[in-house]
Amino acid sequence: MAFITANWNPLGEAFYRKIELYEMGWSLRDGLKECLVAAAPYGGPIENHLHNLKKLTLLQNIYNLQRWKSGPVRQLGWTVCDDLLCIQEDGTVLIYDLFGAFKRHFSMGNEVVQNQVLEAKVFHSPYGTGVAIVTGASRFTLATNIDDLKLRRLPEVPGLQGAPSCWAVLTQDRQTKVLLANRADLYILDNTSCTPVTPPGLSLQSCSIVNMAVSFSYKYLALFTDSGHLWMGSANLKDKLSEVDTKVRTPPKQMVWCRRPKSQQPSVVIMWDRLLLVAGECTDTIQYTLDEESVCVAELDGVRIVGGSRHELLQEVPSACQDIFKIASMAPGALLLEAHKEYEKSSQKADEYLREIKEQSVLGEAVRQCVEAAGYEHEPETQKTLLRAASFGKCFLSNYPPEPFVSMCRDLKVLNSVREYTVGIPLTHTQYKQMTVQVLIDRLVYRKLYPLAIEICRYLKTPEYQGVSRVLKHWACCKVQQKEEPDESIAHAVSVKLGEAAGISYSEIAARAYECGRTELAIKLLEFEPRSGEQVPLLLKMKRSQLALSKAIESGDTDLVYTVVTYLKNEMNRGDFFMTLRNQPVALSLYRQFCKHQEQDTLKDLFNQDDDHQELGNFYVKASYKEKKLEARLSLLQSAVDEYNKAKNEFAAKATEEEMKLLRFQRRLDEEMGEALLGLSLQETLHALLTSNFHKQAEQLYRDFRVPDKRYWWLKLTALAEKDDWEEMEKFAKSKKSPIGYLPFVEVCVKQHNKYEAKKYVSKVTPEQKVKAHLAIGDLEGAAEAAIERRSEGEISTVLSRCSPTTDRALLERLNRARSTAAKK
Amino acid sequence: MAHSVRRDAPELPDFSLLKRLARDQLIYLLEQLPGRKDLFIEADLMSPLDRIANVTTLKQHDVDKLYKVEHKPIVSTSDQTVRGCFLYPLTNWFLFPDVVNADKAFGRFRRYKIIFSPQKFYACENLLEEQGIFGDVTTDEWSFYLLPLDDDIISLELPEFFRDYFLEGDQRWVRTAGSALHLLHSVYGPFSKVYGIGRCSKMAYESWREQVEEGEQRARQAEIGNVFLIDRDVDLVTPLCSQVVYEGLVDDIFRIKCGCVEFCPDVTSSDKSIKVMLNSQDKVFNEIRNEHFSQVFGFLSQKARNLQTAYDKRSGMDIKQMKTFVSEELKGLKQEHRLLSLHIGASESMMKKKTKQDFQELLKTEHSLLEGFEIRECISYIEEHINRQVSMVESMRLLCLLSLTENGLLPKDYRSLKNQFLQSYGIEHLLTFSNLKQLGLLVEQQPGETLTVMESRVGKLVNDKTAGQIQAGPNTVTVFNTGWVPIPLLYLIQSDEEYDLRVPRDMAYIFSGAYIPLSCKLIEQVLERDGWTGLEEVTRMLNGHEFAVTGKTSGVKTDSQRIILVMFLGGCTFSEISALRFLGREKGLKFIVVTTAITNSARLLESMLDNHA
Repeated sequence: MAFITANWNPLGEAFYRKIELYEMGWSLRDGLKECLVAAAPYGGPIENHLHNLKKLTLLQNIYNLQRWKSGPVRQLGWTVCDDLLCIQEDGTVLIYDLFGAFKRHFSMGNEVVQNQVLEAKVFHSPYGTGVAIVTGASRFTLATNIDDLKLRRLPEVPGLQGAPSCWAVLTQDRQTKVLLANRADLYILDNTSCTPVTPPGLSLQSCSIVNMAVSFSYKYLALFTDSGHLWMGSANLKDKLSEVDTKVRTPPKQMVWCRRPKSQQPSVVIMWDRLLLVAGECTDTIQYTLDEESVCVAELDGVRIVGGSRHELLQEVPSACQDIFKIASMAPGALLLEAHKEYEKSSQKADEYLREIKEQSVLGEAVRQCVEAAGYEHEPETQKTLLRAASFGKCFLSNYPPEPFVSMCRDLKVLNSVREYTVGIPLTHTQYKQMTVQVLIDRLVYRKLYPLAIEICRYLKTPEYQGVSRVLKHWACCKVQQKEEPDESIAHAVSVKLGEAAGISYSEIAARAYECGRTELAIKLLEFEPRSGEQVPLLLKMKRSQLALSKAIESGDTDLVYTVVTYLKNEMNRGDFFMTLRNQPVALSLYRQFCKHQEQDTLKDLFNQDDDHQELGNFYVKASYKEKKLEARLSLLQSAVDEYNKAKNEFAAKATEEEMKLLRFQRRLDEEMGEALLGLSLQETLHALLTSNFHKQAEQLYRDFRVPDKRYWWLKLTALAEKDDWEEMEKFAKSKKSPIGYLPFVEVCVKQHNKYEAKKYVSKVTPEQKVKAHLAIGDLEGAAEAAIERRSEGEISTVLSRCSPTTDRALLERLNRARSTAAKK
Repeated sequence: MAHSVRRDAPELPDFSLLKRLARDQLIYLLEQLPGRKDLFIEADLMSPLDRIANVTTLKQHDVDKLYKVEHKPIVSTSDQTVRGCFLYPLTNWFLFPDVVNADKAFGRFRRYKIIFSPQKFYACENLLEEQGIFGDVTTDEWSFYLLPLDDDIISLELPEFFRDYFLEGDQRWVRTAGSALHLLHSVYGPFSKVYGIGRCSKMAYESWREQVEEGEQRARQAEIGNVFLIDRDVDLVTPLCSQVVYEGLVDDIFRIKCGCVEFCPDVTSSDKSIKVMLNSQDKVFNEIRNEHFSQVFGFLSQKARNLQTAYDKRSGMDIKQMKTFVSEELKGLKQEHRLLSLHIGASESMMKKKTKQDFQELLKTEHSLLEGFEIRECISYIEEHINRQVSMVESMRLLCLLSLTENGLLPKDYRSLKNQFLQSYGIEHLLTFSNLKQLGLLVEQQPGETLTVMESRVGKLVNDKTAGQIQAGPNTVTVFNTGWVPIPLLYLIQSDEEYDLRVPRDMAYIFSGAYIPLSCKLIEQVLERDGWTGLEEVTRMLNGHEFAVTGKTSGVKTDSQRIILVMFLGGCTFSEISALRFLGREKGLKFIVVTTAITNSARLLESMLDNHA
C-alpha cells in the first residue's frame, strides 16, 4: 500500500494530494487556450466557450455542441439547478439547460446596454444563484437571486476608473457585498455605502493588490500583491492568518482557496501559466508544474483542476487517511489495517496487531478511523480494503453500533456509481453529505439519468413520495415533450410506468404537456388524475370549460365550482353561459345565490331563459318592495301577475291583483283623509280604519275583498275595545248574530279590564262556553252553576282547580258531589 | 330526574381543545400582521369570536380597536400606520364591504388583511379583483369550524345552512361540514362506525372521506365510537313543535345565542338585563335543563330550601368553623344563590306566558295534529289564530305542522288559509309560501291522492297507529308499537292514563309524553340494530339515502365505543339534545351533538322569510 502516499506532498504538518479523476474526452484542438471555461462546484458540469463555438460538456459526456449565434459573452456560470448562465457584453443574461436548450433570458439593467459589461461574476449564496457585474462606468450591479430578479445598483467607488484591479462577491450577515481593490486601496461596497478598508498586518502598503480569492464558505480572504506577497486572513478583515512571499511577481491567472472542514492546514492555490503553487498558512509551499492550460474550481473540500486532457482533484489529505496511511503510522486504524492484511495472509501476526490495539483499548477508534478513511478514498479497491478491515475489527467488539459502517457502505455505493465516467459527477463524500441525497437525485434528473436516479432512490429506501415518484414525474414530464411520438402511446407509456407509484400528480404532467402544445395528450393524462379538484385549473387553462365544470361539481368542492363559474361568465356569451348552467343544477343554484346578492338583473335573465314564470313572478314581487314609487310598484306587480298567470298559479295571480287593488285603495284613502295606510296589510288597514272611526270605508273594504265574516267581527271587536267604545260595541253585538260567538266579546272586555261590560255578554254565550265565560270574569259561582248544569266532569274539574282555600265551602261540596255523579255516568 | 339506570357512562372527550386550536390559529394570523391593527368583525362572528378569544386576549396581540362591520363605509379614526384586519365569515363573502376604495376616497391608504372563516374561496379573490382592490389587501383563512358550546354540544355556527342547502340547493356548506367532521376525526378519531341518513349527510360523509384519504393517517386512541349523520329534512316535525323542556323553553322565549342568554329586566327583577352563560358549569341550570317544565318549579324550590339550610349552618358555628365556611363554602353558595334566583325569575316569567289559556290550547291543537284527530277543529283554531293575528311565526308553524302531519292540505283549505294569512300578515308572504312549498313544509294535497302508507311520510309515522301495526311486516312491528306511535297526550288532555313526567319512561317526555322525536327515535333504532336492517320501510318513507359504514378500527370494546357523535345537518333543537341525553342515560351511552346551529321553530321559519321589503 505504499503507493497510496506516492502523490502526497507535505505542507506544514499536513499533506496535500492530487488525484486524477478523469481523462477528458473532449477533443479540443488547442486545449483550453482561448476558451471561456465555467465549472460548477459539487462535481458539477463544465462549459467552455470558444469564440463562436459553444460546447456544453459534462466531463466525459459531451451533451451539446453548437454554434454560438448571440453576442459576445463576458462570463459563463452555472446555477444551483445546473442551468448555464451566459452573461453577454450588453448585460443580457441567457439561461440554457444542461442540454443546451435555451430557457429564458433577463437583462442586468438599461444602463449596461450603453456602458457594456466589463467583468461579471456568478456566485452562490443561501438565496440561490446570483450575478454581479461591473460596467464600463465602473458601477457595480448585483442580482442576489436570478429566479427572483431584483437588481441592485451599488454606490459609486471613489476614484475608480474602468474595471477594478480585482474584485470578489462576499455574503456576510445575510447581505451580499462586493469587495474590490483599486490598486493599493481596498473597498467594501454594500447596498448603501462604499467603505475603504485595510487588511490587518498587510506589509508593503504601497503595493497594489492584483488578485483576491474568497473561500467557499465566504469566511476567508486571500490577497495577492504585485510584490508577490500572499496575504491570508478572515473575510471580515479582522484577523490575519499569515503572509507568504511567493517570489513570483507576475499576476496569477487564478487564485482559489483550498480548504476542507476541520482543515489542519488551509491553503491557497495560485495558478500561473505553467505553475501551480499551493501556499499554506505555515508559509510552506508546494509547487506543481502544469503542462497545459487549466482552470481551478473551488470545492467545499478542495480544488478541482480542469485541464485540456485531465481532470484532477487537489485536496488536503484528511486526518483519518493520514493516520492510516502515513508511513510507519502507529495509529489504531493503521494497526487494524495491518492486522487484517496479516489475517488474510493467514499469518498469526494478525493476532499480535490485534492484541496491541486491544491492549490500548482503541479497537472502536480503529474501526471508526477505517470507516471514515474509506469515505475519503476514491479508489474502490482502497475503499474495500479499509471497509474489510473495519468489518474485521468489528467482530471483536461486542456493542459497536453498526449504523456508521452500514451507511458508509451505502453512501460509497451511491458515490461510486455517480463517479462512474458515464455519469461524471466526481462527488466527494464530504460534498455528498453537505448536498444531501435529495439534491443528488435532482441533479441526476436534470441529466435525464432517470434509471440511475430511481435505482438510487430504491436502494436508499427514500420514501416514494420524495423519491421514486418524483423521479417518475420528471420522467413523464420529459416524456410528454417527445414530439415525434403519438399521444396514445405516450399516455399509455406514462400510465403503465406511473401506475402504482404513490403521490403522483398527473395534473402537473398534463400541465407540462399542455405547455408543449399537446392539449389532447394533456386531457388524456388528466383522466388518470384521481383528485378531480386537481384537474379543474388546467382544464380551464386549456379552455375545456364544460369538462372543467363537470369535474368541479364531481369534486364536491364549491370553491372550485365558483371558480369555474366566474371564469365561464367572463369567457362565454350570456346565452351559452346560461345554457351551460342549465345542465348543471349544482352550479346553477350556486350562481343564483351569487346573483341574488350581487346581480339582481342577471337573476331575472336566468329565470327568463328557463321560462321559470313562477320564480319570475316572485322576483317581481320582491322587486316591488324595494320600489318606493307607487306607480313603479304597481307596474312591477302587474308584471308579477302576468308571470303568475303564465305559470298557471291562479292563486298567486289573484293575491297579487288584490294587493294592487289594496294599494290603489290605500292611496285613495291617504289622499282623501291623510291616513298613512300605504303598504299595510289588509288586516292592518282595516284595523287602522276601524280605530280611526272610518267605519264606512272599512265596510267597503270588507265587501270588496270578501273578508270572512269571522275575521271582520274579530277585527271590529278588538278595535272597538281598544278605543273603549263600549256603546258601539253593544250596537255591533246586537247588529246580527255573531259568527264568532260571544265568548270573544267577554274575553276582549276582560282584557281591557272592563268586567262590567263583559258581564253584559256572558248571557249570550253558548252553553258550551258558559263555564269559560264565567271564569273569565272571575265569577266562580256562575261557572259552578253552569258546569253542574252541564254535568260535565271535565268542566267541573276546571272550576275546582280554580277554587282557592277562601272559596265558599258549600260551593266546593256541591261541585265535588256533582263531579262524582257525573263520573258515575 | 331519570335516576340514572346505568352509572357507567363513559367520560366525554375534552372539547376545549378545539377552542384552543382555533384561538392559537387566530393569534398566529394576527401576528402575521405585525404592529398595531384595528380589527373589523362581521356581526355574525362577534359572539363566536368572544367565546374563542376575548377582548383582553386580542389586545395582547396588538389589536387596537374593534369595529363591527356593517354594510356601509367604515371610517376608522386610526392613522395610516395602524393596519386593518377583517374577520369575515364565508357566509356573506360576496357582500364584502368595499373598504379600500372608501379609504382611497378619503385620500388615505392603509394596509388591509382579510381573514375569511372558516375557509377562503378562490372566488373571494376573484371578487376582490373585480372590485379592483386585490393588490391592496392580503387574504387568509381562519379554519374555525367548530365551537364547543358545552361539554356535549358543538356548533358549526352556520344558521344559514338550513336555508342555503335545503331551500336554495346551495351546496357550499357541505364541504365545510365534511371538514368539520375531518377535524373531529383527526383530533378524536378514528371512528368505528358511521351511520347516516339524508342526501346532505351522504355528501358530507363523502367529502370527509376524501379529505381523510388526502391527508396522512395517524394511529391514535379513539375517543369517539360511532357517528350518526342526519339531515334536518328527515324530521321537520320535531323542530316545529313547541318545546316544553326547560332549556328548549328558555331558547324559545329568550333565545339562547352562542350558549349565552340575555335575561330581560323582568326576569332579573332589577332594571337592567343580565347576560348569562348557560352550560354545565352552571350547576343549577345543569340539573334542570333537561326537565319537563312542569317539574322545574318543584326542583327549584327544593334547591332553595337546601341552600337555606346550607346558609343556616352558620348559626351554630364557632369562629374557626366560620372561617373555613367563609373561605370555602360561602363563595359557592353565593354563586349558587345568584343563579338560583335568576332561574326562578326566568321560570316565573315563562310560567306567566305559558300557563295562560292560550298556550294550553295551542299545545292541545299541536298534539291533536300530531295524533291526527279532530283535524277540522284544529283548522278552525288555526284560522282563528290567523284572524286574530296572534303571532305570524306561530300561525305559520301551525300551518306547517298541519301540512306535514296531514300530508298536505286539502286544496280548499290550502287556498283559504293562505288567503287569510296574506290578508293578516301582508302579501309579501306570497314569497314565503313559495319557499315553504319548495321545501315541502306547506303543500297542497294532490287531487286523487289518499292517505296511504307510502304517501304520508311523517304523518304516517305519527298518526296512523293501527295501519302501522297491521300492515307492517314482522321486522317493522317493533318500530311501530314501542312508542314510535305517539303516546296520546295524557298530561294536558285528560285521559285515563297518566304520563308521569317525574319519572319519564321514554324520550317522549320532552313533548309531555305526546310524541317521541322522530330524529332521536331513528338514532335509537339504528344503534340498537347496528344498522338499517329492518328499517327499510321507514327509510323509504323518509326518502332514503341511508348508509352505514364500518371504519378501520377493530371491534375492541373500550369506553370510547359508547360515545356517539350525532351530527345534525341543518340544525337541531335543545329538546332533541335533551332527548338524546335521556337516551344516553338509559343505555349507558354518551351522546355528543354536533350541529350546524341550534335551531327552534321560530329560527327555522324566520329563515324561510324573504325579508327584503
